Amino acid sequence: MFYREAGDFKTSYVDDNQTFPIKFDRYRYYFVLFFAFLIVPVVINDYWVNAVFMPFLIYSIAAIGLNILVGYCGQVSLGTGGFMAVGAYACYKLMTSFPEVSIFFHVLLAGGVTALVGVAFGLPSLRIKGFYLAVATLAAQFFLVWLFNKVPWFYNHSASGQISAPERTVFGIAVTGPHTSAWATYLFCLVFVTICALLARNLTRGMQGRKWMAIRDMDIAAEIIGVDPLKSKLSAFAVSSFFIGVSGALFFSVYLGAVEVGEAFGINKSFLILFMVIIGGLGSIFGSFAGAAFLVLLPVLLKNVLVGMLGWPTDLAAHLEFMIVGAMIIIFLIAEPHGLAQLWRVAKEKLRLWPFPH
Amino acid sequence: MSNEEGYVTADGRKIGGTLMEMKNITLRFGGVKAITDISFDIKEGEIRAIIGPNGAGKSSMLNVISGFYVPQEGEVWFKGAKRPPMKPYQVAQQGIARTFQNIALFEGMSVLDNVMTGRLNHMNAGMFQQAIWKGKAEREEVENREVVEKVIDFLEIQSIRKTPVARLPYGLKKRVELARALAAEPMLLLLDEPMAGMNVEEKEDMSRFILDVNDEFGTTIALIEHDMGVVMDLSDRVVVMDYGKKIGDGTPDEVRNNQDVIDAYLGVAHD
Ligand SMILES: Nc1ncnc2c1ncn2[C@@H]1O[C@H](COP(=O)(O)OP(=O)(O)OP(=O)(O)O)[C@@H](O)[C@H]1O
Ligand SMILES: [Mg+2]
Repeated sequence: MFYREAGDFKTSYVDDNQTFPIKFDRYRYYFVLFFAFLIVPVVINDYWVNAVFMPFLIYSIAAIGLNILVGYCGQVSLGTGGFMAVGAYACYKLMTSFPEVSIFFHVLLAGGVTALVGVAFGLPSLRIKGFYLAVATLAAQFFLVWLFNKVPWFYNHSASGQISAPERTVFGIAVTGPHTSAWATYLFCLVFVTICALLARNLTRGMQGRKWMAIRDMDIAAEIIGVDPLKSKLSAFAVSSFFIGVSGALFFSVYLGAVEVGEAFGINKSFLILFMVIIGGLGSIFGSFAGAAFLVLLPVLLKNVLVGMLGWPTDLAAHLEFMIVGAMIIIFLIAEPHGLAQLWRVAKEKLRLWPFPH
Repeated sequence: MSNEEGYVTADGRKIGGTLMEMKNITLRFGGVKAITDISFDIKEGEIRAIIGPNGAGKSSMLNVISGFYVPQEGEVWFKGAKRPPMKPYQVAQQGIARTFQNIALFEGMSVLDNVMTGRLNHMNAGMFQQAIWKGKAEREEVENREVVEKVIDFLEIQSIRKTPVARLPYGLKKRVELARALAAEPMLLLLDEPMAGMNVEEKEDMSRFILDVNDEFGTTIALIEHDMGVVMDLSDRVVVMDYGKKIGDGTPDEVRNNQDVIDAYLGVAHD
């Protein structure tokens, strides 16, 4: 009876609409925020930021973005890597063209640019579905990577063909470039994660989310009750691409610092984010976090345990990782399309009734 | 019965002027003629039934009204004006809601979310306002939730409010689908076999709901139904279709005594 809703009555529809309707959940959420903003930055070091926290935060944003498209609106996409690249290159061009503007706005604007590109590549979704749409987005993936390699304007004609982030500061503290400190880059990403998660949560709990889900569940019925499929699908592409663009911008500017597009934003990235969404749970913001955490932590854990403690060769550990991820994808797709998020929900439901299951 | 003015029903309800008029509708699928030159009207406040054997073209007719099929010939008039070619979602915005022969609920959503979706034409907070949530989006959500709760009370589905639709039995799904259509507060409600596959008790409940909707909200209803008893009880006027043609139109009594209708239902050979 530790986790309960008894005695926690909702007396208004506002209360009933809360993100965390159960008090206990709400407190845990405040606790996570408190911990993430005030405790972690104090204790964090370079290893943890680079190996765990930063990739987790940045991939979470991308996973939220892809989840809106795939999990909420039911439109398949294999172009995530390409859209992250758009965010990265947009951010690079903005950083180098308008050095006096804050990097904060560059990242947001990079998201905006990616949203526009996403809408353009989302246009085929009005005509094609499922497998064919997946192939079309795959084409977008390869086209975008090719484009950023091919046109020197995008990488400011640098000799290496790479883009690298100049130093930029927020309130006088470096968040990009070679002289950053762990806590600053972490906090910078955390702010974006918090904003993105809030926006995504708000969009998915209201009418926009219902329209997306209606299209996902039964597009013909959705249209007959009044959902404009054009607006609805394109808005999903726009919002999804915005988040993915923000994620790509942070991935390049704050995390990697220098990027070769095919390597950082190749098709592998598209699949990685898609796996996060599937394992974490389609149609769940929390699931996006869970999936990102899982796929970021798994290799770190395997490496530390198998290679570090048991002395396995590195490639063997890497192969085991592939096998685990592959098996999980299959299991989740067949048995639990709502992923870790659903397992979590079921556990909570059990806990809510415990110890009296009837 | 094609007078422009309304009439008074057997049970004393006043029926208004013409709300919707189908003029010489012909619909073909390739070589198949699903509807051949059919005309009929629906008057404000009445319950209008469309009946006929399987494959007669009844559902196709509702799909024409919904804007889902575009007829090759004929005109659709709504509220005294000829309707230009429209997408289904635009038809919905005009105040026409419907249910489907094969339940078309959003299976991945809760009952509440399904019914709330029915309110979409009454909510107009933009995407940015929804992303911010506080302010217009939240206010709208609460206001519309109140309307939806009334519909939920009306159809007596309070206890399944938060249940995922996929878990509901067939009869309740049909009721939720009606709730979603009612939530739109439509001017014209189209029901495609609302009682198909139900047991006697469920049919009685559904009949009561349909009569109450018509009575309390003055909603005009066009329904397709196979159960003749139900049709005779519920409807004010009946259109009878067979093989895509209209073979009868009138009050239940008139239709019941129409020789063509009797032949169609007894399966007299067509020449
Ligand atoms: N999309 C379509 N493509 C081709 N033919 C169709 C299509 N929809 C309906 N038809 C045909 O049109 C005719 C009328 O079908 P409709 O579904 O309107 O009949 P109905 O009166 O609703 O029958 P039921 O009582 O079985 O629901 C049938 O012959 C059907 O096969
Ligand atoms: Mg039918």
